[in-house]
Amino acid sequence: MSSTRDIDKLIEMMARLPGLGPRSARRAVLQMIRKRGQLLAPLADQMAKVAASARECLNCGNIGTEDVCDICRSEKRATGEICVVQDVSDLWAMERGGAFSGRYHVLGGTLSALDDIGPEDIRIPQLVARINNEGVTEIILALNATVDGQTTAHYIADQLEGRVRITSLAQGVPIGGELDYLDDGTISAALKARRSI
Amino acid sequence: MKGLFLSHLRMSHFRSHRRAELFCDGRPVALYGSNGAGKTNILEAVSLFSPGRGMRRASAEEMARRPESLGWKLVGAIEHGADRHEAEIWSENGAARQLKLNDKAATQLALGQIARVLWLVPSMDRLWIEGAEGRRRFLDRMVMSFFPAHAEASLIYEKAMRERNRLLKDQKRDAYWYGALEAQMAQAGAQIMEHRRLALALVSAAQREAETAFPVADLELVESEPIEAEGLAQAFADSRGRDLMAGRTLIGPHRTDLEGVYAAKSVPAKDCSTGEQKALLISLILANARALAQDFGAPPILLLDEVSAHLDANRRAALYDEVCALGAQAWMTGTGPELFEEFKERAQYFEVSEEVGISRVEERFLG
Ligand SMILES: Nc1ncnc2c1ncn2[C@@H]1O[C@H](COP(=O)(O)OP(=O)(O)OP(=O)(O)O)[C@@H](O)[C@H]1O
Ligand SMILES: [Mg+2]
Ligand SMILES: [Zn+2]
Repeated sequence: MSSTRDIDKLIEMMARLPGLGPRSARRAVLQMIRKRGQLLAPLADQMAKVAASARECLNCGNIGTEDVCDICRSEKRATGEICVVQDVSDLWAMERGGAFSGRYHVLGGTLSALDDIGPEDIRIPQLVARINNEGVTEIILALNATVDGQTTAHYIADQLEGRVRITSLAQGVPIGGELDYLDDGTISAALKARRSI
Repeated sequence: MKGLFLSHLRMSHFRSHRRAELFCDGRPVALYGSNGAGKTNILEAVSLFSPGRGMRRASAEEMARRPESLGWKLVGAIEHGADRHEAEIWSENGAARQLKLNDKAATQLALGQIARVLWLVPSMDRLWIEGAEGRRRFLDRMVMSFFPAHAEASLIYEKAMRERNRLLKDQKRDAYWYGALEAQMAQAGAQIMEHRRLALALVSAAQREAETAFPVADLELVESEPIEAEGLAQAFADSRGRDLMAGRTLIGPHRTDLEGVYAAKSVPAKDCSTGEQKALLISLILANARALAQDFGAPPILLLDEVSAHLDANRRAALYDEVCALGAQAWMTGTGPELFEEFKERAQYFEVSEEVGISRVEERFLG
């Protein structure tokens, strides 16, 4: 059976992807092999490209293929508003609906003394620096309703107090890791109903 | 009208019970049998139908039937008036306990909205003498029976405090970080303190109003912190210096103590006789149940482990009369049926026995 070892390995790797299991991985691989020319080869090419170029935006933490992401490079997005999110998936969820026209700041986590994650580990100094560099007038906090999420929100709000307007997405809307599961209408409603803190 | 009760309980591989099933009609439940038969284990199972770690504060792993230790499962039907909720609680291979309500995954907080459970166990005989922690836990269980949201506030408070304690231990000095945690501790802490005050007021009123054979306990919270969030936040900030030296948080509602006084004698509970101390606790549980009957529309489910054995015949009869008047489903244990004689047909009886490490539960028709 050594002849199928590479294929088995591919199935095994695919099965570890979020949202897939062994069953869907087998189906996907089979389909790709059947359509080698239209599916498998282009996919392999594309993956190699992304593997070589994917990186975090030095400015905001978004994931793109250049040192500075499209959103940070676009002058149109320089509205003076920055939405602070926990994860890139939250950013993508907000972009999907197109409800927000400003820029983002991706923390990549939350403050947690017990897990030894401090302000420097979640790009807070970079956020503070952006206030001046980009003429920011409003920071919108879209963080989890958990204790760690709220600690992070308080921390940022206290540190920037008096320098910019600070708002937070309407309470009662599950945010943070859950933004991804919200429909676009809910996200845009939460954004409209944001309140000063 | 029937109050709040468990109409069905099935235990699978739970402690000494391999598979046992009880059907109840809302009357008090008298469980009798020899030492080690498995009576308290049944009470513990019922206690898990409320938020928290249950009556023995055991881990899910400890509750798995040995020697198999594969996991356990409880199924129960909670009745309240016309409502009926099916609850499933289980743990697999020592993993944390899981919960389903009416076939849907649910949180313990959701369970707390439905079932209110209070207990009195033999280890509480020393409640008034030992450390403040036991009294605080007793207090918070009473509070939670009135305000299920108390559990959530406590979780937030504790989580934020653990974070703060870690900063203190690591000698961190980032004032913004402390401020962010203290803001949440203050908000949750103020809620905790408010809930406790309100609950104590309800229990005290219920004690005063009742005709009861049990002595009134005057209760007082021992705490000096401000009770509104802003003042509390300031107190935490002011305490940072001292806390840094201690390496932990020295003030706040996690340090509150509960003081009891035997009202008729003006004697502090800790100086009362063993029997008197027990009577004060029974009095509080009953007052809590009466107040809850008004507040929530039903008295809580009561778990009274080995309470009957400590009372003389008159007090025992008085307790049973009060339980019946309340309409509470009180689960009670004792070594023999004679301890429950005064109930007559007002209770349901189950004999619990044990053979080669397996408990048996059988309904008996006495009374
Ligand atoms: N995880 C477990 N697996 C199997 N048996 C257990 C487990 N935990 C406790 N037991 C056993 O259950 C038995 C019954 O305990 P339980 O506390 O319910 O007795 P009881 O009927 O209340 O007795 P008593 O009258 O002495 O209070 C004990 O013998 C104990 O060893
Ligand atoms: Mg026992
Ligand atoms: Zn960017």
